[in-house]
Order: sequence, then structure tokens, then C-alpha cells
Amino acid sequence: MNRKGLAAFAIVLVVLPLIGGDYYINLGSQILIAAVFALSLNLLVGYGGLTSLGHAAYMGVSAYVSGWLFLKFGMGHLTSAPIALLFTTAMAALFGLIALRASGIGFLMITLALGQVLWGLAFRWVEVTNGDNGLSGLTRPAPFGVNLDGAQAFYWFTLIIFAVSFACIIAFANSAFGAVLRGTRDQPRRMLALGHNVWMVRYVTFITAGFWAAVSGLLFVWYHKFIHPHALGLTNSAETLLMVIAGGSGTLAGPIVGAAIVVLLKNYVSAFVERWTMLLGFVFLIIVLFMPDGLVPGVKRLWERFFWRSGSSRAAPADKAEGAKP
Amino acid sequence: MFDKPLAFWLVQSLNSLSLGGLLFLLSAGFSLIFGLMRIANLSHGAYFMLGAYIGLSALRAGANFAVAMLAAGLAIALLGGLVERFVIRRLAANPLGQVLATLGIAFIIADGCLLIWTGDPQQLATPAFLRGVFEVAGAKFPIYRVAVIGVAIVFAIALWLLLEKTRIGAMIRAGVDDMEMARGVGIPVSLLFTTVFCLGSFLAGAGGVLGGPILSVYPGLDTDMLPLALVVVILGGVGSLAGAFVGSFIIGFIYTFGQTLIPDLAYMILFLPMILVLALRPRGLFGRITA
Repeated sequence: MNRKGLAAFAIVLVVLPLIGGDYYINLGSQILIAAVFALSLNLLVGYGGLTSLGHAAYMGVSAYVSGWLFLKFGMGHLTSAPIALLFTTAMAALFGLIALRASGIGFLMITLALGQVLWGLAFRWVEVTNGDNGLSGLTRPAPFGVNLDGAQAFYWFTLIIFAVSFACIIAFANSAFGAVLRGTRDQPRRMLALGHNVWMVRYVTFITAGFWAAVSGLLFVWYHKFIHPHALGLTNSAETLLMVIAGGSGTLAGPIVGAAIVVLLKNYVSAFVERWTMLLGFVFLIIVLFMPDGLVPGVKRLWERFFWRSGSSRAAPADKAEGAKP
Repeated sequence: MFDKPLAFWLVQSLNSLSLGGLLFLLSAGFSLIFGLMRIANLSHGAYFMLGAYIGLSALRAGANFAVAMLAAGLAIALLGGLVERFVIRRLAANPLGQVLATLGIAFIIADGCLLIWTGDPQQLATPAFLRGVFEVAGAKFPIYRVAVIGVAIVFAIALWLLLEKTRIGAMIRAGVDDMEMARGVGIPVSLLFTTVFCLGSFLAGAGGVLGGPILSVYPGLDTDMLPLALVVVILGGVGSLAGAFVGSFIIGFIYTFGQTLIPDLAYMILFLPMILVLALRPRGLFGRITA
């Protein structure tokens, strides 16, 4: 994302709560939470070339741990949040050992199976998770005594966490490590020959992605004050993967655009019909069949082509590079 | 936990075998498709569920059980063939796109089933002549479950004969082992893809009907079955019929005993075989290729 785009994006985020009603402000919070989650998945999918269909597990487990600690021990957010993050990150470290025995479709299958195992656990382990009823009666934190129960207050809080997460993820992607990660995506054998530990690079990325998913999980459970096994399910993982792919995987802005599109579409459609799952399926098919590189690169490509035709030669090599990407 | 009478162990073992038989029908097709085409067909669970629903409607329309099974199998085979020709083929050089497309189709089928057959769990009627129970060592056991084991074994033998003793089977095996070479020696790989996809879909659809009287059919049956198939295939190795067979029965036992002995954590113990096999033998027990 260039500087102008970033500035325009920041202005939209700051102006939204000043002009919108509670409904739109809450929608904005939902988009930001989904965006943090999609950004975390994009580290794996876009930068690492590792497509996970079990990423909702980390979001859900972090939410469950936080909720459970509150209900069971009455623990405050200041202690429960770090424990939830730590536990989820440790779980990512464990699952990474299993999932990274494979790459490609094998990785996808293992992450899907692991995710479904946890989803089944959330449903069946009634003693801890309260099964199909989920954990309810949760609260939002009150940092420095600020009450976050209002839509506006929570939006600002979410925006701050989002901005910090986004900045960290940009730094991660643009670091030397990020460059190595992209190398392992495009040319794993060559990176191996150059002396990089491809497995370790992927493993560190897997854990990092798990950590940021856990952050989004905390925001998620604080926003809803409720957590249900659905949050861990395949549909949630697939929705998020759709955000990443629709927006354009491997770009920084893509997952955010994708999160906005999917959340808005879901809210809009759910207001009229109950067929969100079917629509999700069709959107998946359409994106995969007709826009495999996502909306952001697709639109960008059209844009650059337009300017290239109208005389600017600057866009030509960029256009080529875009086409050469696998 | 272990102070159960002998009858308990007998009944649960037979239950495990019948679940294993169903899992075999589901995962044999999944494994063959994966082995040949290198794609994980994530709509396989949805095919199983749709097959069960079609069987349900056929039974209610008065068809007998075998006809219902055949009808559901053929309908799903046709669906699979269409999906292969018109969706998967279009994404030939993009395995990830293929997998995601099958996931999209799975969502569409799942929601379509909910729309047509509503959200209530429904049980398929057990065929009249298989309705009774028989007794072993004081334990009562439904005859139907034994019949399921028998049917699964018949299917396993038929598939084994098809793969090992026929020309098409030889072509499929050649395709699994070395696609380029198979194409090079003139095997019609394109036709083979469609055939195997239809065959795998048929097994899933027929399996759904066969499982209907035991598992019943409900929204979410697809996402309950898909991970089991994935674990079976990871365990047994992709593209291997023997792997699917052995893996299915291992998972059948682990899952059934898990559910009765520690119901809360039954899903959790599915981890164990997966972790073991991935740690010690990532290609699976019988696999010749890595996923």
C-alpha cells in the first residue's frame, strides 16, 4: 500500500465514528476485528504460500480461554488476556510441528483436520465449553477505567489494537525475514540451497500467524461478550480465507479490503435471507474461477494497464511482474 | 473405564467395524481421487450427506433399499462428473484453486440440503429383512450393522479387483505412480480423471445411504464425516486402497471406543494416530507418494 492510500484509509477509519450511527460503528468494529484475523492468515497464505483451512482454531481458542478464565476464576482482563495469548501461541507452536510435516495440499488437509478436531472438542467438552450454548455473560475490558460498552468507545479501542497489529504485520512482512519467507514460498529448493532453514522460517511464521489470530480472538470475544463453537468451525476458517484471497493474498491491503467486503456482504445478505453459506460457496467459486489473484491486484492491474495505454511507461514492468507471479 | 463386561467390548467392536466400513466407502474414493489428480476433494463429505438425503427421498417414494443406494450413488456420480468436467478441469494448473472450488461446492450443497430437507435430523428406514437383532455372549446386536460390514467388504473386494485385475485399474495405478509417464505411453488420462471422480463420488453417495440408518442424516453430517475421511487418508496414505481400508478400521475403532469411554474428548484422540503417523511416516502407512 502506498502512502496516499494509507492516508486515505486512515482518514476513513477516523471519520467513520464521527458521522455514522451505532449500527455502522459496530460494523466498522467487526470489519477491523476480521481484518486483524485476515492479516494474520495472510502471513501464512500470502507470504508463506501455506494455505491453512484451520486458522479459526487460534481465534476461537484464544476467545474460549479468555472467557473460561473469567467465568471459572473471575479473572480480570489484565491477567486473562496475556494467558489466552500465551496459551494460543503455545498451541500454534505445537500444531505447527504437526502441520508443517507437509506443505501444499497436505498442509491444508492437516490444518483442516486439526481445526475440526478443536471444533468438535468445543461442541462436546460441555464441562469446560458449555457445548452448543457457548460461553455467555462475558464482559469487555475497561483499560485505564474507560468503559468500552458503548459502540464508539469500543470502536476506538479496536482501532488502536488494529493499528498496532497492522504496523507490526507490515514490519514483519517488510523485514529481512519477510523477504526470506517470500523466497521460501516461490523457490523453496533454491532457498534451501542458499542455506536458509525453510522449515524454521515456516514454523516461525506459523506461530506468528497464530499469535495475531489470538489477538483477533480476544477482540472478537470482547465485542460479542459471547463465544460459540461456530467461531472455530470450518465456515469461519473458509470465510477468512476468502477475505485473504478475495482481497489479494500476499498484499498488505488485500486482506483488509477482503475483510470489509465479506463482513459487509454477510451483514447485508443476512438481513434479507438465511442463505449466507450458499452465497459464500458461490462467491468462493466465482473468485477462484474468474479472479484468482483477488480484487485488489485485479483492479490494480486494470488501473495500471489503463495508465500504460495513456502514455505512462512506469506501469509496464509492474504489469509484467504481476503476471509472472504464480 | 476398563471394568466393562465382555458384552460391552463385543458390541463396541462390532460398532467400530461398521463405522470403519462406512468410512472406507467414504475415504476410498477420496483417496483415489487425491492419488490420481493430486487434489483433496473437500466436497466429499457433502457428497456423502447429499447421497443420504437422496436415499431418504427415494425410500420415502417407495423404492427398496438397494435401489435407493444405487440411485443416490448414480446421482452423486453424475454430479461429481459434472463438477470435474466444468469446474475442476477449468483450473487444471491450479491445484489450490481446485481444492477451494470443491470447498465452495461443499458449502453450496450443504446449504441446499438444509433448504430442501430442513434442519431436523432424519433417520433412513432400515430394510425390513435386516431389522432384527442377534445375540452374542449375552449382547444384543443389530443385524443391519453386520450387513454394513459385509457390504463394505464386498465393495472393498470389488474395488481391489477393479484396480488390480482390470485394464482400467492398471491405468489408474499407473496414473497414481507417474502421471507424466502414463500420459506418455498413451493412457487417456483425461478420461481417467472423470472416471475416477465419478467412481469416488458414487462410493460417497452410496455410502451415505448405507450409513443413513445408523448415523441418520442431519445438517452438519458433511463436516462430521469430512475430517474423519481426512484423518483416514493421512493415516493410510493417499492413493492407496489398502491404506484407506486399514485406516478406516483403525479410525472406526478409535472413534467408537473414544466416544463410549471418554465422550467429551472423543474428537481429541483422533489426534493421536495422526500425530504418530505424521511424525514417523509422513506419507502414511501404505502411501507411496507424499501428500
